Amino acid sequence: MDVILQQTINAISLGGVYAMLALGLAIVFSIVGLINFAHGDIMTFGGYGIFLSLAFGMAPVPALVVGIAAAVVMALTLERTAFRAMRGADVVTLLITSFAVSEILKVVFQNAISARPVPISLPAGWSGTYQVAGTTIGVVPTVSLVVAFTSLLGLSLVLRRTAIGMAMRAAAEDLEMLKLLGVRANRVVAIAFALSGLLAGIAAVIWTAQRGSVDPMMGFFPVLKAFIATVLGGLGSLGGAVLGGFVIGALEVLTQAFLPDSLSPYRDAIVLALVIAALLWRPDGLLPARSATRS
Amino acid sequence: MQTALALRGLDVRYGPVQAVRGVDLTAARGGVTALLGANGAGKTSTVMAVAGARRIAGGSVFIFGRDMTGATPDAIVRAGVAISPEGRRVFSALSVEDNLTLAGSVVGDAATALARKAAMMERFPILGERRKQLAGLLSGGEQQMLAVARALMSGPRLLLMDEPSLGLAPQMVDRIFGIIEELRDEGISILLVEQNAALALDVADHAVVLANGVVAAAGPPQDLKSDKLLQAAYLAA
Repeated sequence: MDVILQQTINAISLGGVYAMLALGLAIVFSIVGLINFAHGDIMTFGGYGIFLSLAFGMAPVPALVVGIAAAVVMALTLERTAFRAMRGADVVTLLITSFAVSEILKVVFQNAISARPVPISLPAGWSGTYQVAGTTIGVVPTVSLVVAFTSLLGLSLVLRRTAIGMAMRAAAEDLEMLKLLGVRANRVVAIAFALSGLLAGIAAVIWTAQRGSVDPMMGFFPVLKAFIATVLGGLGSLGGAVLGGFVIGALEVLTQAFLPDSLSPYRDAIVLALVIAALLWRPDGLLPARSATRS
Repeated sequence: MQTALALRGLDVRYGPVQAVRGVDLTAARGGVTALLGANGAGKTSTVMAVAGARRIAGGSVFIFGRDMTGATPDAIVRAGVAISPEGRRVFSALSVEDNLTLAGSVVGDAATALARKAAMMERFPILGERRKQLAGLLSGGEQQMLAVARALMSGPRLLLMDEPSLGLAPQMVDRIFGIIEELRDEGISILLVEQNAALALDVADHAVVLANGVVAAAGPPQDLKSDKLLQAAYLAA
């Protein structure tokens, strides 16, 4: 019971991070057709934002806020400087552009800060545990879970209830038509990037709080998992990205917790094999993007 | 006579393909101007260039006397132009009401936008009945009405209608042409692109025929209707 509850919380909190990253990727992809490989570096930049704020003597909570803001600013900067010029280019061109951006950022992080991990020391109390009915549960995974859920819920409200959310859903379906209505498309695209940056920033906060350090590759691996999540969920489908993120997170935690030691080196292979099996079963993903039904 | 739209020597290119070549067109204010021609004649390219969605390779576009050549779509909307595009292009994943709300979001004054939305639901009762339904679930004719209503949300003085009757049942076609006449009577200038030349010539005050991207004929509808050669060559009525 003890193990199951703990692992469930771990699975959901890891899945929540993947879900936030995958949702950020999916929002941008659905509107501008960009598979943003630099998304991980946006997250990393958020991590460095936290590190530098702490290094300059800021209190922990404001430092985390600075980290999130840094990720948003980075996402907006990349949109304005690199991706806006490539608007309308085909998917492969956009993908390669994002690779280039990603490489540049990694080199900048290595040379400006360090190629090695730099420590982020958050208050000791944050990494403690608490007891529920005799079960020990970590504070960080619990907070991560709450933060991830709140963020995902908030974003889904923004997308469904607000004018800008409506415009983003319309843009995902037919960006040109949205422009023809007189809506300023650049603004909608910039807001989509800002939201994806916001989610990456929140993911960076959770990730650094759990790991206690930042390095130039910090964002790469979780975002790689998030890519897999978006494909598993159905490329371009926002709900699919979130679902895919939670599925990948759960698979990882479950294989880590219950796989015999002799099989643990094959953990990623087993998770990916399960993903491939799921895609063979449903090639468009678990929750495919709604195809426009026009006569 | 003041013109709603004047094109002077309009060129539109897609790479090496010149879709529209030196097109001159004048749409009178308050009238219906029909833009006719076979498939691939350059009608949609012309309309999309006017709306700001195609790059203009040469020539000029004047909207209510102002040079709007190369303006962005949002500037063109603010100049009083709206479009009901080919294929309707309603946002199928949004509700009927949200389609209208979104189009109304470009109106500066929220109260005006709300009032217009209410007016659209009254004018097209079927849209009012289906306001909560996803637009993708409407029939073709209902989607066409939504496309027109959505275009009207910005309060246009010039409405571009690209193939509004395409793929619709005869009864619905009549309804759409009835709406075109109503809008004209309300003082909205209309540029009507149609493959169904006979119908379009019935409502139009002036018609322009495109063939292979150039103007093949222009004049009053009666003249074009009586020109058997033109009918056979380009309008295939």
